[in-house]
Amino acid sequence: MFSYYVQLGLRSLRRNPVLTALMVMAIGFGVAASMITYSVFRAVSGNPIPEKSERLFIPQIDSWGPKYNLPGNEPPYALNYVDAVALMRTHQAKRQTMLYPIELSALPLGGQSIPFTVEGFTAQSDFFAMFDVPFQYGSAWAAADDEHRAAVVVISRKLNDKLFGGENSLGREITLSGHNYRVVGVSENWNLKPRFFAAWGGTSFGNPSDIYIPISRAMDLRVDTAGSNSCRGHIDYGDWDGWLQSNCVWVIPWVQLDSTAEAEQYQQFLEGYAADQQRAGRYGWAPNVRLRNVMQWLDYLHVVPQESSVSLLVALGFFAICLINTIGLLLAKFLRRSGEIGVRRALGASRREIYLQYLIEAGTVGFAGGLLGLLLTALGISGVGLLFQPQIARLAHLDITLVGLTLLVSIFATVVAALYPTWRAAQVQPAWQLKSN
Amino acid sequence: MLQIKPILAALKRHKAGTILIAMQIALTLAIVCNALFIIQQRVERLSRPSGMNESDVLAITNRWVAVNDKDTASLNKTDVQALRQLPGVADAMATNSFPLRGGGWSTGVNLEPKDEGKPAAQTTLYFVDDHALAVYGSQLIAGRNFTSDEVIVADPKEIKSTPQVIVTKALADKLFPKGDALGKQIYLGGKDVPSSTIIGIVKQLQVPWSGTWANDFVENAMLLPAQLTGTYGIYLIRAKPGQLESIAKNAPETLLKTNRMRVISGDRAVRTYEKVREDAYKNDRGMAILMGVICLILLAITAAGIVGLTSFWVGQRRKQIGVRRALGATRRDILSYFLTENLMIGIAGVVIGAGLAVGLNLWMVTQFEMARLSVMYVLVGVVALLLLGQAAVLAPAMRASKVQPVEATRSV
Repeated sequence: MFSYYVQLGLRSLRRNPVLTALMVMAIGFGVAASMITYSVFRAVSGNPIPEKSERLFIPQIDSWGPKYNLPGNEPPYALNYVDAVALMRTHQAKRQTMLYPIELSALPLGGQSIPFTVEGFTAQSDFFAMFDVPFQYGSAWAAADDEHRAAVVVISRKLNDKLFGGENSLGREITLSGHNYRVVGVSENWNLKPRFFAAWGGTSFGNPSDIYIPISRAMDLRVDTAGSNSCRGHIDYGDWDGWLQSNCVWVIPWVQLDSTAEAEQYQQFLEGYAADQQRAGRYGWAPNVRLRNVMQWLDYLHVVPQESSVSLLVALGFFAICLINTIGLLLAKFLRRSGEIGVRRALGASRREIYLQYLIEAGTVGFAGGLLGLLLTALGISGVGLLFQPQIARLAHLDITLVGLTLLVSIFATVVAALYPTWRAAQVQPAWQLKSN
Repeated sequence: MLQIKPILAALKRHKAGTILIAMQIALTLAIVCNALFIIQQRVERLSRPSGMNESDVLAITNRWVAVNDKDTASLNKTDVQALRQLPGVADAMATNSFPLRGGGWSTGVNLEPKDEGKPAAQTTLYFVDDHALAVYGSQLIAGRNFTSDEVIVADPKEIKSTPQVIVTKALADKLFPKGDALGKQIYLGGKDVPSSTIIGIVKQLQVPWSGTWANDFVENAMLLPAQLTGTYGIYLIRAKPGQLESIAKNAPETLLKTNRMRVISGDRAVRTYEKVREDAYKNDRGMAILMGVICLILLAITAAGIVGLTSFWVGQRRKQIGVRRALGATRRDILSYFLTENLMIGIAGVVIGAGLAVGLNLWMVTQFEMARLSVMYVLVGVVALLLLGQAAVLAPAMRASKVQPVEATRSV
């Protein structure tokens, strides 16, 4: 019966080519527009670390005071060096790291080729376990390396391929901006989207990192941040040490707290720390701290690019209009065949069968629209790069789920759109139709 | 002449179709109004002038490798001299940033030395030398340029101000609304930071950022005669007319020949100013194009929907039309019946749609940094959609008017 109805549906579609083309195009365009914007949105608004996002927190401490704070008396986005070091030293969280983005130059071995830029982060040994960094060779550096300010480095698989041809390079040395580092780990190519831990100060959708070095070593070598540095009021630092002591915020702290109890405890610890600073006269205001987890942090920073949420909204509205249009056209199409329906009903077809036949017919329209939509989606996604900056454009790509989703959404939407017209068709009174003929 | 009552009676029998068309018109109006508004805002931003003579400008981003920060000053100087001697180069300089680059310095300016409170104005800082105006191709409208003696070498972490500065007219007017900025003292920091004297006013220069957050001070720029040390720097080059392409190739090669210990790599390392502008506004332009395409398709689909449904109605009512024609209605009457019917549905649609458009905009204002929709857009949208409806209904209505009176006697 099903295949017979599909055949009937196809035949009926051929009978009104213009109306059919209109419907298929409406669905195709609507689905394509929604899918293209959705594919970008999906990439930027997802949870970058779903299994742990509830347990990773970024502590913020008010080091600027009410006069300079962000709107709503929100404390600065990051910590100054003094506070960051003090927080880490107490070791109140099970795992913790402070970090900041860096850009160094790498010199390939062999000497002949020219140097190139590598991007990465300074961090502490917990960084890798906290953020679940996968390793190809070796592992994170040890906590002792942080203390001993060791010249060690974790490099990405990509950089390892470039420098060592993909060999196991553990124990070998590389030169970064004129200083040697010993390779202790090679990470798999790893890039969170969005890169939540550097959502402020770095870039949320940047290139994957190539290097990670201990922050203590970077301090010794005075490696400047490649990310943001935000200062307020009287800027009185005159040199590197002055900068470290200043109110400029640029160090990003993260802590792992495995339960609500731990999180509450940490929150109290932060307040206690801020109160101590107030008592010591360092800060002239009451404690004002925040402890946000990954998703709260991304939400607070509005990490999803405005462009993508606005266009998703517009695309959804667009799809809604296309569906309304389809309802209207299906209504016209079905009711035009009232006579035919009357005959079928008179010959014994039940309402159920009318429903089935017309919903299947709508499904075939949806399928055709989905195919067109798929084509347009593929076209559109290859065109996103022409319209938007690469960091947004490369997030959009056509994969199996998107293909399936496109077809599914168009069939489902069309069938839903067909419910009312089908109901109207099933209400056709056989007697009335037969009489008027 | 207008047959409103019979139309209303007829529409009551086609509630579903009527509501569908009205809804479609309403939603289309809401989206098209907002989309047009977004397009207009983006285009306005796209066409903001940078204040530079943008043709024949090349920007090179340079990073020294394995070089001590302190030594970079002399290396930069050698580079700039090598660049200035290149045939085809009109002038060149080393700087920290330039209009639309994407990153740079911003700071508050005060009229008295103070540490606290809101600064008198926000500005970007361009650290340049006495060649800056020639490289920018910008006009000095008052005062004088820097002299080469005034250009100092400074560590970016230590420099707070320079004795002389050149400001843009926008910044001068913001600080000194009376227009007497030339020769006045300003302060770039707290009590222990020496004052700076405004020695010149340049007509226009944009900040390095194209984002909306910099909208408030988009033309507040200050030139300081200082060459910053540090491994990261930018060379801004003005080529002689017609020479830009060869300079884009030769300049990086010359630099590498002068000294190999540097990185000039990545797709943003060597950019003509045309590319800089394109990069800066790529998302804005993309958004405008996307919105434009969506608007066009949307209008087409709405028109197609109206054609489809009206054709159906005409087909359904052939007999009634025949009866009316037989009873003396002219073709004009039939035509105007369908046009009026569509106009009535259209008016209902645009009334709802105008409300939706404003509501959608108000909601977007709270969610995103977006300005309020002006009434003009809604009015233009209303007129456009009503006209679109009339145009779409014309073909089916014409067909209806050609129905012969004799059809009244035929069965369907």
